[in-house]
Amino acid sequence: MKIIDSTLKPQFASIFDVEAIRAEFPILKLQVENKPLVYLDNAASSQMPQPVIDRLVRYQTSQHANINRGVHYLSETATAEYEDSRRKLQRFINAGEDREVIFTSGTTDSINLVMHGYGRKFIGVGDEIILTTLEHHSNIVPWQMLAEEKGAKIRVVPINDAGELLIDEYEGLFNERTKFVGVLHVSNALGTINPIKQMIAFAHARGVPVLIDGAQAAPHMRVDVQDLDCDFYTFSGHKMCGPTGIGILYGKAELLERMQPFKGGGDMIMSVTFEKTTYNSIPHKFEAGTPPIAAAIGLGAAVDYLSAIGMDAIAAYELELLNYATEQMSHMPGVRIIGTAPMKTAVVSFEVKGVHPHDIGTLLNQEGVAVRTGHHCVQPVMLRLKVPATTRASFAFYNTMAEVDTFIAGIRTVQKFFT
Amino acid sequence: MNSKSLYQEVILDHNKKPRNYGALDHASHYAVGHNPLCGDHLDIALNLEGEHIASIAFQGESCAICKASASMMTTVVKGKTRADAETLIKEFRDMATGTLNLDAEHHLGRLTVFAGVRDLPTRVKCAILPWHTLHAALNSVTTTSTEAEDDPMHAAIGDA
Ligand SMILES: Cc1ncc(COP(=O)(O)O)c(C=O)c1O
Repeated sequence: MKIIDSTLKPQFASIFDVEAIRAEFPILKLQVENKPLVYLDNAASSQMPQPVIDRLVRYQTSQHANINRGVHYLSETATAEYEDSRRKLQRFINAGEDREVIFTSGTTDSINLVMHGYGRKFIGVGDEIILTTLEHHSNIVPWQMLAEEKGAKIRVVPINDAGELLIDEYEGLFNERTKFVGVLHVSNALGTINPIKQMIAFAHARGVPVLIDGAQAAPHMRVDVQDLDCDFYTFSGHKMCGPTGIGILYGKAELLERMQPFKGGGDMIMSVTFEKTTYNSIPHKFEAGTPPIAAAIGLGAAVDYLSAIGMDAIAAYELELLNYATEQMSHMPGVRIIGTAPMKTAVVSFEVKGVHPHDIGTLLNQEGVAVRTGHHCVQPVMLRLKVPATTRASFAFYNTMAEVDTFIAGIRTVQKFFT
Repeated sequence: MNSKSLYQEVILDHNKKPRNYGALDHASHYAVGHNPLCGDHLDIALNLEGEHIASIAFQGESCAICKASASMMTTVVKGKTRADAETLIKEFRDMATGTLNLDAEHHLGRLTVFAGVRDLPTRVKCAILPWHTLHAALNSVTTTSTEAEDDPMHAAIGDA
């Protein structure tokens, strides 16, 4: 791992104007327990900057009507803004066409859509689905439901003690029954960045499509779905400065066209009689009913905001935060970092000897520091690494080196308290 | 409230040196309790002689609040009747969820150090888990949970 010498001032941090960025996030001015909020739970959900809040207000105060229906001014405006947002998301992940970008309610919804639309149609008895130990429950449970329904089988890629996927084992799992691969781009619990491009290429050489759960990658690095050549890519708006209730499923057009719809209803049809319904073309085939229009437009504003800062700049700055926190924590007696892959996003899961994560979380909150404690919806990872639960600090580009210091001081306070 | 004030001396002490911690040979009643939200679990074994709890022990993986609650619970219910234990279970639960009037008559004694959890909604379940599990053990339900459907007290703490 590239560790910055803590005596050196982080180089990039000085040119990345984090104070100017923080000024745009009203919630960061909050006091918790009479201390300034230090928000380190970004992997669970991120905060929203004023331009995105303003966009939601503008939509709601001057542009709202239902889309794809009326011929009146507001409906046309809302439809145009909604579709404009789709194109912003298309550019954000460099999808080839805008119809390959489907608005869903979030990552969980996106994965369920693929399970129903693709899995139920193309995966049958005796077929095998490859997942990894690192998967979030949302990329496990839908496939288990499918496997149970169809009599298919789930094969799991193991990890090493550092929290990295064992790629040889992954490759060894393939056989003629392998019909699908689901893998997360970045681990929410450990921060591991998986070598998905290589994994996708290996699967494609055997004719197997791959779904990438990008919930923890899209907010933190540049994603290029054409370069990755993934078949599906999923992420959630609320983890990348956007609203809740909105997310994306990217899918290759040729696959989306062959898939069956997930939900039935209005907007997803071409014509309906009681004898026969003809489905609409993609992406509308997968967007039944009135979508969360405001949230979709808000997510468009969020990716505009992130792109203006620059995903590469965000990734570089967050790496400095990670290295700074890692460097300090690796010298603290009684503190053990869980997840030490060389390629990580700014997530630090850790244990403090003799102190349960719940107690750490409650006491850090006393210092104004918000962290996540528990199993992080990845019980298989916890089981494999033999930790019942961890405390997780997850950073965003609006966090500062000074906040890392507050967090570290908070851990010291917790340790003192329990000795 | 200040959450540090919940972690009073007595709670920290029971966390560090839990009483009645370990397994119990030839238990007549036994139950395992789970808190699926955090993965914590604890088991309680006891021996009923007639209507009295003659011996009781607990073990498991849990936070300080849960462990101290279990430890103090075992010291308090040992020697009590099953009916007295059930009264304490109800009173403790009501205290933790904020529905018990602490000024009215009750039997909790020093267990009132846990009264503060009512202001920390995410921690209420940690304090209650041992009591749930004791209830399950007394009724010979062998697993309990703070979440699952088979939780006999689920409704009671559902919105805690
Ligand atoms: C890796 C990963 N996948 C999926 C999800 C589920 O996302 P959502 O709850 O927004 O559907 C999360 C959220 O925690 C996640 O971190």
